[in-house]
This record gives sequence, C-alpha cells and structure tokens, in this order.
Amino acid sequence: MSVLVYTESDGGKFKKIAQEAVSYAKGIADMLGTNVTAVAINAENVSELGAFGASKVLELSNDSLKNFNAEAYASIVAEAAKKENAQVVVLTSSINSKFIAPLLAVKLDAGYVPNVVSLPESASPFKVKHSVFSNKAFSHTEIKTDTKIVGLAKNAFGVKEHNTTATTEAFSPEISSGNVEVVSVDKATDKITIADAEIVVSGGRGLKGPENWGMIEELASVLGAATACSKPVSDMGWRPHSEHVGQTGKPVASNLYIAIGISGAIQHLAGINSSKVKVVINNDPEAPFFKAADYGIVGDAFEIVPQLIEKLKEFKSQNA
Amino acid sequence: MKILVCISHVPDTTSKINFTEGDTKFDTNGVQFVINPNDEFGLTRAMWFKEKQGATVHVANVGGPETEPTLRKALAIGADEAIRINTVATDGYSVAKQLANVAKEGGYDLVIGGRESIDYNGGMVPGMIAQLTGANFINTCIGLEVEGNNATAVREMDGGKETLKTTLPLVIGGQKGLVEESDLRIPNMRGIMQARSKPLHVKEAVDISNETASIQFEKPAPKGAVKLVDNVEDLVNLLHNEAKAI
Repeated sequence: MSVLVYTESDGGKFKKIAQEAVSYAKGIADMLGTNVTAVAINAENVSELGAFGASKVLELSNDSLKNFNAEAYASIVAEAAKKENAQVVVLTSSINSKFIAPLLAVKLDAGYVPNVVSLPESASPFKVKHSVFSNKAFSHTEIKTDTKIVGLAKNAFGVKEHNTTATTEAFSPEISSGNVEVVSVDKATDKITIADAEIVVSGGRGLKGPENWGMIEELASVLGAATACSKPVSDMGWRPHSEHVGQTGKPVASNLYIAIGISGAIQHLAGINSSKVKVVINNDPEAPFFKAADYGIVGDAFEIVPQLIEKLKEFKSQNA
Repeated sequence: MKILVCISHVPDTTSKINFTEGDTKFDTNGVQFVINPNDEFGLTRAMWFKEKQGATVHVANVGGPETEPTLRKALAIGADEAIRINTVATDGYSVAKQLANVAKEGGYDLVIGGRESIDYNGGMVPGMIAQLTGANFINTCIGLEVEGNNATAVREMDGGKETLKTTLPLVIGGQKGLVEESDLRIPNMRGIMQARSKPLHVKEAVDISNETASIQFEKPAPKGAVKLVDNVEDLVNLLHNEAKAI
C-alpha cells in the first residue's frame, strides 16, 4: 500500500507544484497510515523530495522522454502505481497533469477528481472537496474505485516541510509511447510563466493600446511577476494569445493578481478567481471587478501604475 | 473524414450558480443552457474541415431530452447529424464510456471535445475517450490540420506551445485557438430551418455505472467588500502587512 505522487520537473529541477503535491500526498498517507512514493522523470537530486514527505522516489532518466509525452508518462505512472500497490495517485492541476490524468484513469480503471482543494474529508468512503463552476462552487465527491486519482489545485494546500529520508530506486518500466511526436517546442525560457508565477500583473482595454504595455512589464519585473491580459486585448492583437487569462484563456491561481484597466467581465473573473489576493486599478468605480477584488484604487492607471512602480522599488530596496 | 464533436450542454457563463434538494442538485431554474464554449471552438473548426475538405460532422451529447435544443443549435451551425445518449450525465468517466461507444460504432477518424466543460470543469472526457478507443490524444489543442491519415496539431503548454504530429484516429481536447472568437458562428434562419429536419438519433446508454459520485455542493463564503485606498503607499503597506502577498 502507498500513496503515489507524480512530481513534475523542468530542466531537471522540481517545480513548486511538485513540492506541494508531495506535501499533500504525505497528508493523505498519514490519514491512511502508509507512505509516499514519488515518481520523478528526468529530474536531478530526487532525494530532496524527502523534505516534503516522500519515503521513496522511483527515478527514471531517459533521453527519449526529454519532451513531454502524455501516453508515455501516463504509462510510467500507471506501472509505478501497480508496482507500489497505490491506493491513491496524486497529480496536480498543471496542463501536463491534466493531459495525463484521463489516460491514467482508464489504465488503472480509477475514479479521478481534478481541482481538489483540501485533504480528503474522510478516507473511507474516500471523499474530497473540489472546485466546480469555475470556482463559483465546491463539490464534495466520493471516489468509489479501489485506486483513486486526485488532481490537486495549485496553491490550495501549500508546501509543507517534513524530515523524511527518501530512498531512491531506479525505475525502468515498459513504456508505451503512443504515436504522438513532438516536432518543435516554442517556449520562452527567460520569462516567468503564468502557470508558475506567484504574482500576475494583468492589463485590459483601459490601457488604450499595445504601446502602453511598458509600465505593465516594468511593474511585473519589479514584482518578479508574469504578465497577462484580458480577452479583448488578445482578440485585438495588442498582446499574444498566450497571455489571455479567463474562462477561455489560461486559468490563474496565483498568490496575487493585479488587474489594471480590466472591467472584470464574468468570463474574466471565472478564470482568475482562484487567485488568493486580487487588486484592481480602474478609473471606473462601477467596474464589476471592484466587487470581486480585495483591494482597489479608483483612478487613472497612467498616473497610478508609475507611482506604484516607484513605491515598490523603494519597498524592495528596504526589504531586500 | 468522419468527425464526431462531443457537445456538453452547460449553463451560460453569466448564470447564477445555486443548488437545490439539500445542495445535492444544480438548480436549473431560470438558467440558460449553451454549447460549452471550448466545444464550440472545436465545432467551428469541424465546420472548416467540412467546407474545405468534405468532412462529415456528427455531434453527440450525453443527457436527457432537455439537452436537445443545444444539439439542434449545433445542427443549425452546420453539423450533419446529432446523437443524444439518453441518460443523465453523472461523472466524467461514465460520459466518456458512452461517447467512446458511439465513437467506436460510428468509426470516426477524428473526435473533438473541449479542454473542459465550464460547469464541472472535469477536463477528462476527451482523454478517456482516446484511451478507451485506442486513438491518439492531444489535449489543450490550439491548432489542427489533417492531411489524409496524418494530423499536425499545436498544443498549449505551460509557458509556451508545441507542434505535434500524429495519425488518425485522433481525439483532441480543444480550446480557443482552434478557431478565433471572431470565427464563431451564430446560426442563421436557413440553418435553423434546416436543423429541424436533420437527423437527431436517440441512443440508450451502454453502461451507466460511475466511479465518482458528487454527494453535496457548497458555495464559497461571501467575499468581504473591497478595501479601497487612494494612494499607492497604503496599497503597498496593505499588500505587505495584511495580505502578506508581497
């Protein structure tokens, strides 16, 4: 028996969501009276996962897995789950986790619940709370199968430190690699991604044109944040589609979301409302975003944002 | 090429989310239902394959008779035939089993679903259909071309995108990018008239067991009012000392 967790890495380094997933898996393992086994593909220093509660790490290094391959990765996690006799498999809410999860569920004939926000409410029946209706509600859902798959929502559980010593074990299962081949990857390596960012700075139509994005980028750079935009902004081609956040764009679950010149259409809010702290800067006090935000300034973004940049620079130099 | 577009019948984004019967059922009272937005991007791409490459396009949905107007809308947009699997959709896996059965029986080359439905946000149905039918699968698909038996797709990933090549039969989880918002079609009167006489087949469910069961719903606690400040100094202080966000 065990709780298995798939740990995502980028360039050999574990992502923060992997640390969070291991911490969460440890929480479930404690409930069930068992241990956590992690699966790591092409990651370095895998024993560091012990610091988050893993007792064992199944380690795979394979050049043919350098590019993500959902079928191959799902088959590796499935083989690991069988080998470890896993009762629960923990994934995250990353794009890649959500790509693997349905394939894995069929391979293991397991019930799968995504967007889980807390530890199971009970182990038997196995009941979890997860967000539905774009975070406008939660469902308490029972997973009835012997093997259970949960996808942990980002930033929902947090990283928890443990003093577990993790043993490592080379793992070389039979891999079914399917018939989907990567031709090319187009990935900016020097920018913080919306998925990984703790802070996201987002601009809307209120900024009047693409030439005014300099201050958004500067604000993001001062905060170490990712930049994003509303749907009209990407539809008009002011910013790339990859920056569009909202219901039909990318979801945001950052610690801090700063919306500048965004009115707060319901479709936009649906995509960002699992962010923890929301700040709005808008010259229209009637903008719906003020109802959804935690903090707000009513005023002209062209005056306020430069002031905010200066203030934050001062703050950073004092708190460095 | 035979295409099956899976259509989820979902509450419009602006709907009030409420529950009834002791918070065990979604309250459909006064709710307008629409084609799931992610599915609509896929349906519109399917129309392109129909018009440019002569594809046949069928749409399918798992649900009761109340979901038929949504299927008729897909027919009005231009799909050739619709299939409704007559059972209440309970969880993603059970829906996928129904649709996988339809996909197998119909011998479809390409099955298009949405990245996720905007109601239960499961995001699992397309991948499960692929795995159940042995088809290739690409999720968060933002571009798709098909030439004979070969397909080239673009997938969104964290921090970028990648181009993939694969072969039919293929299942995709689609989203905006497959077509743009401005490409979406509003059914015209001719389409609506034609849709009335297009076939809408009702099939009984194959296996209605489910792996997960929603026991109860809950709405988040109401949010406190926004704290308005009138200068950036107060904002930075609040974000640091109160929200602990910087």
